[in-house]
Parts: sequence; structure tokens; C-alpha cells
Amino acid sequence: MSRLRRAGLALFGPALAIVVALVAFLIVIALIGKDPINALRVVTDLGDTPSQQTQSIVVILNRAVPLFLAGLAVSIAFRMGLFNIGVEGQYRLATIMAAAAGAAVALPAPLHVLLIIVVAMLVGALWAGIVAVLKVTRGVSEVISSIMLNFVALGLASFLLTGPFLGSGAGASIVTTKTIPESGWFPGLNGVLTGLGLAEPRSELYGFLLVAIVVGVLTAVLLKRTRFGFDLRATGLSPSAARASGVDARGMVVKTMLLSGAVAGLIGLPELLGDAHEFGTEFTAGLGFLGIAVALLGRNSPLGIAVAALLFAFLDRAALPLQFADIPSSVVTIIQGTIVLAVVIANEIARRLALRSAERAASSATSPPADGAGGGGGGTPPDGGPDGGRRAGTPVAGEQQGAQA
Amino acid sequence: MSTVTGTPGTRPSRGPLTDLLTGGGRSRRVLWLVLAVLVLVSAVRVISGEEALTSSSTIAAALLLAVPIALAALGGLFSERAGVVNIGLDGMMILGTWGAGWAGYQWGWGAAVVGGLVFGAAGGLLHAMATVTFGVDHVVSGVAINILAMGIVRFLSELIYIDNPAGGGAGQSPPLSSQPPEFSLPVLSSGPDLLGSLEERGWFLISDLAGLLRGLTSDVGVLTVVAVLMIPAAYLLLWRTAFGLRLRSCGENPAAADSLGVPVYRLKYIAVVISGALSGLGGVFLVFIANIYREGQVGGRGFIGLAALIFGNWRPGGLAAGAGLFGFSDALQLRSRTAVVALFLLVAVLLAVVAVMQARRGSYLPATIAGVFAVAALIGFLTIQQLPAGIVFFTPHLTTLLVLSLASQRLRPPKADGLVYRRGEH
Repeated sequence: MSRLRRAGLALFGPALAIVVALVAFLIVIALIGKDPINALRVVTDLGDTPSQQTQSIVVILNRAVPLFLAGLAVSIAFRMGLFNIGVEGQYRLATIMAAAAGAAVALPAPLHVLLIIVVAMLVGALWAGIVAVLKVTRGVSEVISSIMLNFVALGLASFLLTGPFLGSGAGASIVTTKTIPESGWFPGLNGVLTGLGLAEPRSELYGFLLVAIVVGVLTAVLLKRTRFGFDLRATGLSPSAARASGVDARGMVVKTMLLSGAVAGLIGLPELLGDAHEFGTEFTAGLGFLGIAVALLGRNSPLGIAVAALLFAFLDRAALPLQFADIPSSVVTIIQGTIVLAVVIANEIARRLALRSAERAASSATSPPADGAGGGGGGTPPDGGPDGGRRAGTPVAGEQQGAQA
Repeated sequence: MSTVTGTPGTRPSRGPLTDLLTGGGRSRRVLWLVLAVLVLVSAVRVISGEEALTSSSTIAAALLLAVPIALAALGGLFSERAGVVNIGLDGMMILGTWGAGWAGYQWGWGAAVVGGLVFGAAGGLLHAMATVTFGVDHVVSGVAINILAMGIVRFLSELIYIDNPAGGGAGQSPPLSSQPPEFSLPVLSSGPDLLGSLEERGWFLISDLAGLLRGLTSDVGVLTVVAVLMIPAAYLLLWRTAFGLRLRSCGENPAAADSLGVPVYRLKYIAVVISGALSGLGGVFLVFIANIYREGQVGGRGFIGLAALIFGNWRPGGLAAGAGLFGFSDALQLRSRTAVVALFLLVAVLLAVVAVMQARRGSYLPATIAGVFAVAALIGFLTIQQLPAGIVFFTPHLTTLLVLSLASQRLRPPKADGLVYRRGEH
């Protein structure tokens, strides 16, 4: 019974958050004198014909892939207690360098794509590496240096775009780099969609989705199953304890930032390799900042980040239909902000409820705990420690115990 | 009073000259540092012939650009001294610009100030509710507020300014209906304009000093003066009153403060609301500069304010220095692209000094690195005529980063900064 209650409490947080966000949405729509129910239908309606529906799904997935990578990049640093606010600059600089490198060479298809990916990861890692080196050698706070390097990266990118890497003709309204030859394009996944019996969508599903999944799995394994990942999480939870147990804190800062930057370098590639094939003034911006929200919403776990990225992408897709329905599309941004705030508030309330029920249980039960069915339950070391979810401690631990028994 | 020499702890006198140079503690050292920088900049101006380096117009622009950043940083100071990390400064500043634009186009500049303060404070109140009452992670709440603010101002603009007879649109407000007053110091900067004539002589140091003073005293907005005075006022409030001591105790050790009867929650609320109001005021200044609210006007200045706060070691004087440095280099890049090249010479000299100091201390690797960069900067100064626009744009950011990495880092944030405090859980 108490296990049931624990599971209920763990689900209570997200459920409450969704309700709060929904209510906020309805209130905002009602305030401007529109029909809230109709607006809700616009947001959730993916289309009338099968082809429109697949198209909507493709749009959502295509938006979710870069958001997921951005969240992942931010979360790697977060796990270690570093705030990499510079993902924005890292990916912009990495993308323009990768675009220029890709346009400059001609290679067989797989090698060409590989080269572009490697260049992007290297540039992202190097740019983040500056932050790490400044922190380790000169003690500069990573928050300041990455904010400043964001601006430097944006300036550099605009200089490179209008100067050495300029590919579009003079007088063109949109300034771009040279187009990457076709051998450097990443094949789309529409064949898979039609193979699954879905209608053919208008735009191409980014093949980079597969790379993102691989990167997500690799990151999860690296953080959860390796010595490096353990050191990283331990340093994030307690720097002093990690140092006492022999973790090289300075080395960890450099390695973590390099890793975070390398993943950040990938953010622009789904669009670059799958659709745009050149970097220009119209290239999607702001993904790095959204990545912070996605990482926080997904509680820094790769799976959670994937869910959060899908949620954000789902909402972003609604912007255009809302505009058609004569509702300001900025509602979407308001909802995204509300969700981030509502989820953490709801989690906190759930945590307090769990704490209170645990306290009540402890004070009422003078005899050994009733649910220690596995035996020796009282002697187990406190889990939730290396789980990274400080604030999620109670509900997560409850779930784990439930799974054990 | 007069028997200072006899008190234990003071060092024995090492001659009048040494005492003059190194005695007197911290404030004297700061004074010397400022003087040294002034002499250096002045020398660079004479050598490179870039009058824009210390012209009064550059200094006036620097002041104008530094004030919004200093206000955001000041907002951060209140919040973080009370133990609440405020990443949401940028969002509160955005709210402030919108509030100023909305109130300003209807009722003039006075209402714009109030509108900015109120909208910023509302953002602060939301942050306080999330972090203090609900105990949410401070960074999460701040990031959410930044997103929310962007959505809210866009939403309100679409709602109010589209089809508004007064003008404006989805991205901007109608222009303000009145401008805040300005004044110049008589005799010095207006009328006979003594400083102006001194500045035009081009004398080493004297003309630079005149330019500096003239920039700070001519055509200054009344509100700018108020904003500048807020920095010493914040120092007095936070470090010289009981309220300030209590507020800072919430940021250092809230449990101990609570046990002594300090109303921790209430003080944190007050601090974060003040923080929002000050950031909002920073937004008001941006609106005054453009005479209109425009989307994207803030341009990440809230984050730069945060950087200035950390740069200044969570102290009013330090954050003012950070904001001033940023404002100066920003003004320089806006006024003259060739003057930025003169900065290379400045950097070369500074790095050469660092190299010599490191070498004397026996650490040869940093000395070599600094030396190499010094030579590179010198070559840059001698060969580059004018930098492209994209590069010049980030002069202030790179300058801040350079100064930070050259200066010694002895930062000490408030001890409980960013920690969620729950009564009875500690």
C-alpha cells in the first residue's frame, strides 16, 4: 500500500505540472477573449489527412533532435556542477566551421559526413575547452567566461559569414556560406516512415535522429556505467568528497567541458546536413538557451531530456497553426516557461508530501518497518546519493526499492 | 587620533616615498591602480593618435552603456547577498523595458520609470515565490523566468500594439511621449566650457583627465546621476545598516540568522523583489536611450550584469568597475573601429608587465606565454589598420574576459548562495 502511495507521489509531480500548464494556457487564451477549447484543439490537432499528420510528426521530431542534443550538452556539464551557459556560442561557431569545411572538400559520402561531424565536435569542444582552461588555470568562473565567449562566438560567426566563408552572391538578401556538395548530405528517414505504412510527409525526417539516439545512449552509458561517469557525478554532488577520494578535480573540469562542447557542436548538424546544407543568417538560433530549459526539465537524465525535447518540439509546432487561428503564437513560449517552473514546483510539493508521509510512518512505526520484505532493508546504504537527482531523492529512491522487492 | 604610528600591527616606516606608494592599505592601492591605468591609456592615446580613446564623447557613451549593466548587477547583488542566485536578471530587465515602453508612451518619462520598476519587481516577485516559498532550484527558476519574460512581452505587444492608433507593432511600442531632463555642470562643461577647451589641447594626461571629467559632467541625465549614486547607497544600505547585516546574514548562514530571530523568508522576498525592480530600472534606461521599446533591446545585458557582479566579487565597488570597463570598451567599439586597434597596444603593454612579473617570480612558462601574446598584440597594433565589424562587436566581452584572466581571482561568493533554505530542515 505504501509502495502504491510512493508511486503515486512520484507521478503526482509531472501530473500536477501538466494540469498547471494547461490551466495557465486556458486562462491566457480566455483573457484575450478567444475560445480556450478551440485553442486547445488547434494545439493538439496534428492534421486532417494522414499525410498532414505524418508531416506534423516529422516537424516535431526534426525540432526535437537539436533540442535533445542541446539539452544533453548542458546536462553533461550540469551533472558535474558546471553551468555551461555557452552552448549557444559553441554550436553556432561549430556549425559555421563545419559548413565551411564540408563545402571546401569533396569526399565519398560517408567520409564526407564523418568529416563534417568531426569538425563540428572539435570546434565545439575547443570553444568549451577555453572555458575549462580559464577556470582551471586562472579561476575564472565558467558562468562569466561562457557568457562572454557566446558573444565572441556570435561576432566571429558573423565575421566569418560575411568575410572568408561568404558563399552567396553579392546583394543576396540572405547571406550564406557555400553549399555543401551532395556527398556531404545526411540521408533522410522518410523511407522508414513509408515502410511503417505512414503517408509520405512533405518534408524529410532528419537522418541525424539516429546519431542523436546513439549519442544519447552513449552518454547514458558513460555517465552511469563507467569510472569517468561516476567521478563526474560524484564531483557534482560533493566536490570536496570527490577530491578526498582521489578524483583529479581540475582534469575532470577540462574533460567534462570538452565532452559537453563536443556534444554542443552537434546541435546545428541535423539542420545543416539534413535540410539547409549551408550556414546563413536564417539558420536556427537560440537552441543553446532552450537547451538549458530542456536539460532542467528532463532533470539531466538522457531519457528525461528526450521527453522534454519532444514536449518542447510539440509546443513549437503549434506556433504556426495558432497564428492561423488568430491567436498570438507567443503563447507557446509562455507555456514553455510555465511548464519549466510548474514541473519543479510540483516536484518540490511532491517531495514535501513524501517527506511528511515518511515522517508520519517513522513516528507511528516503533516496530521494524513493515515493507522490508527483502530483509535487511534497514541496513542498506542510502541510495539516491549517486543518482544525481538531489531534489528527486525521495520519489526516485522509493521507486527503486519498489523495483527491488 | 594622531597616535596611529604607535599602534601595534602597522608596519615600521620605510621612508616617506615608499609609504606614499605602498602604505595606506587597500584604498591607496586602488587609487594608484586607477592612476596607473590613466597614465597608460593616456600614453597609448598619444602614441597611437586615437583621440577617441579618452574623448569626452566616448566617456559619455561609456557612462550611458555602463548604467543599465550596473543596475542589473546591483539587482543581482541584492538577490545573491540574500542567498538567491538570480539568472533571471535578463528576463526581469526585458519585463522592465516593456513596462517602461508601455507606460512611457502614454504618460511620459516619469511613468516609464515607474512602469519599468513595477514590471521588473513583478518578475522578482515570481522568482521569490518560486525559490523561497516553493524551494525550487534557483537556476531553474531563473531560466524559466527568462523564457517566460520573452513570451509575455511578445504576447502583450501583439495584444496591445498591433492596430494601436499611437503606432508600434508586434516588436515595438509607440515612442515615449516625453524625454527625461538632462543637465551640464555650468562653467566646467557648459557656458565657458573650461574642460572642453582643455580637452582640445591634446596634452598628455591633462587633456585625458579633462575629457574624462567632461564626459561625466556634460549632458548627463538626471536619472543617470541617480543610478550612479545608487551604487554607494547600496553599499551603505547593505554594509552599514542593521537591515543590510540581516539581509547578508541570510546569504551567509540562514539557519543561524533564523535562530537569532531574523525573518529569513521575508528578507529574501524583499531582496529578490528589489533585485527585480533594479533590473527593471536598467531596462528603463535602455528604453530612454532608444526613446522606444523594441524587442531584443536587452540583448543579453542581464547576463552581462551577472558577469559584472561576479567580476566585482559580489561587492558594489567591484561591480561598478566591471560595468564601467564593459561600458568603456563597448563605447569605444561603437564610436571608432580604428580606436579598438589602439587597445592592442594597451594589451601588449599589460601583458609585457605580466610577463616580467612572472619571470621575476621564477614561473617561466606563464611568463613565456604572456610574452608571446604581448608580441602578437604589438604586431597586431602595428599591422592592422581597421578591424571588421563582426570582430569589433565583441571588444567589450573579450576585454572583460582578458581582464578577468589577468587579474588575480580571489572571489568569495556568499556562503549560502544558491542553496534552498527550508526552515527546520537544516
